[in-house]
Amino acid sequence: MVFETVAKIIAERIDCDPSEIKRESAFRDLGIDSLDIVDLTMNLEDELGIELELDQKVETIGDLVDFIEAKQE
Amino acid sequence: MERYSDETVIVTGGLRGIGAEIAKRLYSAGASVAIIDMADEENAPEAIENMHLTSEGGNVCRYYKCNVADFEQTKRTVTQIAKDMPKVTMLVNNAGITRDGLVMMMSEQQFDDVISVNLKGAFNMIKHCSRQFIKNKCGRIVNISSVSGLSGNAGQANYSASKAGLVGLTKTVAREFAAKNITCNAIAPGFIATDMTKDISAENNPLAAQIPLGRPGEPADIAQAAEFLLSASYITGVVLRVDGGLGM
Repeated sequence: MVFETVAKIIAERIDCDPSEIKRESAFRDLGIDSLDIVDLTMNLEDELGIELELDQKVETIGDLVDFIEAKQE
Repeated sequence: MERYSDETVIVTGGLRGIGAEIAKRLYSAGASVAIIDMADEENAPEAIENMHLTSEGGNVCRYYKCNVADFEQTKRTVTQIAKDMPKVTMLVNNAGITRDGLVMMMSEQQFDDVISVNLKGAFNMIKHCSRQFIKNKCGRIVNISSVSGLSGNAGQANYSASKAGLVGLTKTVAREFAAKNITCNAIAPGFIATDMTKDISAENNPLAAQIPLGRPGEPADIAQAAEFLLSASYITGVVLRVDGGLGM
């Protein structure tokens, strides 16, 4: 569920199909820098209705999904 | 003026002196103003009334009591401002204190207090406001440093260290956020006439006599520079001396 939401938002951002976004995709390879990730997480806050203050380095989509899932628990 | 309609500037230490003058000027230019200071909420309305704010727009001015040295308080306050006010796109880190004394006499507490408010306070505000700036796709930060931070000043080891620290903070923030349309600049005021120095003129004060422009600065001189930097889109990482030529 979180992964699908993340994939959808990233696909909108870089204008591609959500199916092209994989857990192991690295943000850097998608042309998304660390400030873009902060920006993305703020969109995700609205979408998921939780507060996400990114306080650790995330390199792949999977890292971000894990971070969000840990916050949800 | 239409320029700042639907935008909010946060001014720390905005109830008095230079901060109040900056708040007043930006309010006149049409920006909504969130003033942060240490006075209790019940005392703030009078202070704000004494600022004689005038504007032709529909902008608002609100007061928030907050100690900028407190990380969690600044976080809560910025979140609250973002809820209450039009979009936050500008920040002026003006809050500052002095606890002067020669190094040999300066206590650890004196040193820590000044660094906490003047330097860490600016970091706290920038950190929490940066989320708003990224969300709003625009950010203009002005840090009020001091010539004391550039040249040093006997009796102000803590103050000048904090103000020099602001210069490094300014340049790093300028670099980190440049790609996000967020600029960060500093102003280094020279000798500024305040309530404390209002009787000093160029004729009877040796320091004032060294100022090429022949007079101490006014808070309005700093406010003018602040508004300029807040409106500039292609200036970042600069330290602008506003000192009547004293630092040449």
